[in-house]
Amino acid sequence: MNNTQQNETNEMADNKILVIKNLDKNFGSTQVLKNIDITIDEGDFLVLVGPSGCGKSTLLNCIAGLEEITSGEIIIDNLDMTSVAPKDRNIAMVFQSYALYPTMNVEKNITFGMKVRGESVQAQQAALKNVSDVLQIGDLLKRKPAQLSGGQRQRVAMGRALVRNPRLFLFDEPLSNLDAKLRVEMRAEIKKLHQKLQTSIVYVTHDQTEAMNLATKLAVMKGGVLQQLGAPQEIYDKPNSIFVAGFIGSPAMNLIKGVAFKNQDELFFRTQLNGETIQISIDHYESEQKIVEGQDITLGIRPEYITGMKPVDIEEKMIISVMLNPVLIETNGFDKHVNLEFGDGEIGGRFTPQEQIIYGQPVLTYMDFSNISLFDSQTEKRL
Amino acid sequence: MTNHVLAGTAQSQLKSRFWHKAARFSLYAILGIFALFYIMPLFVMVITSLKSLDEIHQGGLLSLPENITFEPWKVAWSSACAGVSCVGLKGYFLNSMVMVVPAVFISTLIGAINGYALMHWKFKGSEIIFALLLFGCFIPFQIVLLPMAILLGKIKLSGSFSGLIMVHAVYGIPFTTMFFRNYYMTIPTELVKAAKIDGAGFFRIFYSIFLPLSPPIIVVTIIWEFTNIWNDFLFGISFSEPGTQPITVALNNIVNSTTGVKEYNVDMAAAIIAALPTLLVYIVAGKYFIRGLSAGSVKG
Repeated sequence: MNNTQQNETNEMADNKILVIKNLDKNFGSTQVLKNIDITIDEGDFLVLVGPSGCGKSTLLNCIAGLEEITSGEIIIDNLDMTSVAPKDRNIAMVFQSYALYPTMNVEKNITFGMKVRGESVQAQQAALKNVSDVLQIGDLLKRKPAQLSGGQRQRVAMGRALVRNPRLFLFDEPLSNLDAKLRVEMRAEIKKLHQKLQTSIVYVTHDQTEAMNLATKLAVMKGGVLQQLGAPQEIYDKPNSIFVAGFIGSPAMNLIKGVAFKNQDELFFRTQLNGETIQISIDHYESEQKIVEGQDITLGIRPEYITGMKPVDIEEKMIISVMLNPVLIETNGFDKHVNLEFGDGEIGGRFTPQEQIIYGQPVLTYMDFSNISLFDSQTEKRL
Repeated sequence: MTNHVLAGTAQSQLKSRFWHKAARFSLYAILGIFALFYIMPLFVMVITSLKSLDEIHQGGLLSLPENITFEPWKVAWSSACAGVSCVGLKGYFLNSMVMVVPAVFISTLIGAINGYALMHWKFKGSEIIFALLLFGCFIPFQIVLLPMAILLGKIKLSGSFSGLIMVHAVYGIPFTTMFFRNYYMTIPTELVKAAKIDGAGFFRIFYSIFLPLSPPIIVVTIIWEFTNIWNDFLFGISFSEPGTQPITVALNNIVNSTTGVKEYNVDMAAAIIAALPTLLVYIVAGKYFIRGLSAGSVKG
């Protein structure tokens, strides 16, 4: 057991499928990507996520070689690909609009690349057969793209990528043109395909749910800068800035402003709520930076820690209970997301369907502070 | 009370229907008059070309021919006189074809490649080049006459078909480039990206992906270029020699060089012959013309 694990780690260490080093990209005088450093291992599913205009698609185009980079290095499968043409990078790409060639039927769409590269007809047919089996598009081969539904086009676009058998797959928001139901289905299919074929993928999306669901490694970007890189759960649990905290997770993490306060060597977070002072012990918090008394800090707490039932197995001092006024009730069926009036703002909590919550009637709310994030209010960085 | 109101509504409905019909009627009447107005010259040309000279002198302009004769057409085609040579339009018709077909082909092809490159292979200054090319659409023929004559002399193409073809092709490029560029604007650049990753190069992408999408705009361009070049007179008369004159120049010579009686019927027949090819192009490709002009998006 131990042995295999070690082997695996060794193998992974040798197989850095994609290394991006100090990548900068300027369009004229505007810097769209700043000093990006990302490394992924073979078999990783890297998702680049961020609000629109954060540079995630540009970064993907840079990896593909469709955009030249201003400085830095791109290494794919241990080969320096920084200034290599897209076709020689051993990659395949799926586009948001699918970019199927409109005048060619599905078969020709899939084999176009092989034909251009001069591969034999037998090889083309074999690869086509293989791919159409995997994606179950065998009966669509003679159709033109215009005769396909959104989901079928999506499949064909993936087929065109798969047939290449590349070292790295690039997906540029491939699901955003599909309706909600189909999006969830295709998302699952991509995930299954990834598990089955053990391919390495770089995937761009603006949808943080999609990002969380798919990624084995998540890169959160904003304004051309990589904000955080890590496993989805790690980023969810320990966002390294207020931006990431607000962006990842839906509904978003609640952010409460206050100050650090020391009492007999114990560290507290203190904030005002409707004229009352609330004090929460944050001694248990494993901070990466030293928190000093009087420092302005922002406390982040996920909605799932704000509930209507007293949490069990949690130290008493970690919990406070308050009566809060509901201002928005959203029913999901399996739970209710409720926005509660909290000082000048609102906080979101999760309640069970059984709990009766009515507009205008304050609810007894338990806030469990055992699992929180703390940020410096000035720098907006994690403490 | 209620009855009155109802009757009132019915009456007003009837009234509005009457006005609606009246408006329709006037609209069609006006359109009809315009149509007549436009068809009249052609009508006069056709009937005049089918009359004998005597009949022309006796009858009115609009009276139908009593004895239909095709003689004027024969004369116009093979023996009408332009100055001293009496060979009809036949040879010049061929001259025009020899000039128009390659010129249309070349300007369309270059326009397509230009439009494709300027839209989907943007480089530094590509927008400026396109703007300058567009500027070419607004340069009147007269301005380029002299420099073009000098250039043709320098490259030893004066008076030749090749020279005429070159002049027309070059003059057509701004228009054809604009047509193709605007058409290719509706084709997503992601197609180019996908093909690049598939390993296709500039020309491969052009002829495997863009050209098959282009028939509507090719038809528009061909109609436009064919009509312009076929109907051109100024370049034709400036840059040709007796052996390479296009049909427009010959028509002018025939109509203007009459000795004695003016043969209106031959002139009319000649004019129709000269206009026939462009007319045919419109009839054959007209519906594609409308379709191409209004072609919006390419559904992928």
